[in-house]
Amino acid sequence: MGHPMKIRASSKDGVTEIKVLMNHEMETGFRKDSSGNVVPAWFIREVTAKLNDKIVMTAQWGPSVSKNPYLAFKVKGGKAGDKVSVSWVDSQGDTRTDEATVT
Amino acid sequence: MKNAHTRRQILRNGGLLGLLATIGSAIAPRLALAEWNKPAFDGKTLPETYKVLGADGAKESSDVQLIASDIAENGAVVPVQAVSKIPNTTQISFLVEKNPNMLAALFDITPDMVPDVTTRIKMGQTSNVIVLVKADGKFYTATKEIKVTLGGCGG
Repeated sequence: MGHPMKIRASSKDGVTEIKVLMNHEMETGFRKDSSGNVVPAWFIREVTAKLNDKIVMTAQWGPSVSKNPYLAFKVKGGKAGDKVSVSWVDSQGDTRTDEATVT
Repeated sequence: MKNAHTRRQILRNGGLLGLLATIGSAIAPRLALAEWNKPAFDGKTLPETYKVLGADGAKESSDVQLIASDIAENGAVVPVQAVSKIPNTTQISFLVEKNPNMLAALFDITPDMVPDVTTRIKMGQTSNVIVLVKADGKFYTATKEIKVTLGGCGG
């Protein structure tokens, strides 16, 4: 199920800025552990964001997105009280969805 | 005895449900992952990656902005922001020229979005970082060199 995300969404002058801090190792598959074994790649591959149940943004990521990924983007419209939901799917098929309310 | 029989039935049914759930979870993520563009993320050279993305002949444009600091102290966490002022922008990607795989992240920009995205990427060494924007089916770029200093040795 992964760890919870932190989501902040604030609306100003007709634009809603959504900031997301995810909690994920984002292993590249190039790193070695202390005994010299390659740590297998494990990273978020797909991200979907919805505003009031309508998809407003999708993204595809590779392993070179930083550990505990940060993401900020801007959506036209949106007002205080609207619902934002963000989901990710990682390379092992694990998935996580979290929600926030626009302020 | 009737109870035992019921219990057996429940166990059997439960086992079947468990099996179905296992099959379901094995298939479901694959369906959800179907869209991930593996060849694009596997690209090891810039021309190769551009080709997979259909971005051959991408042009440098002053309407594409890559906002990032000139020097990153920690290559594991390099903040980058891309802004496109080109109308009908539908895609924004971040590429790192000297990473083992060029493509770091690709964002699909819906008409509901302002083409302005920020994230943090890993950089193995000092490299050009490229923002690749798709608008009306054409590709535009902005490039900036970001120096990576390791262990505070300077760059």
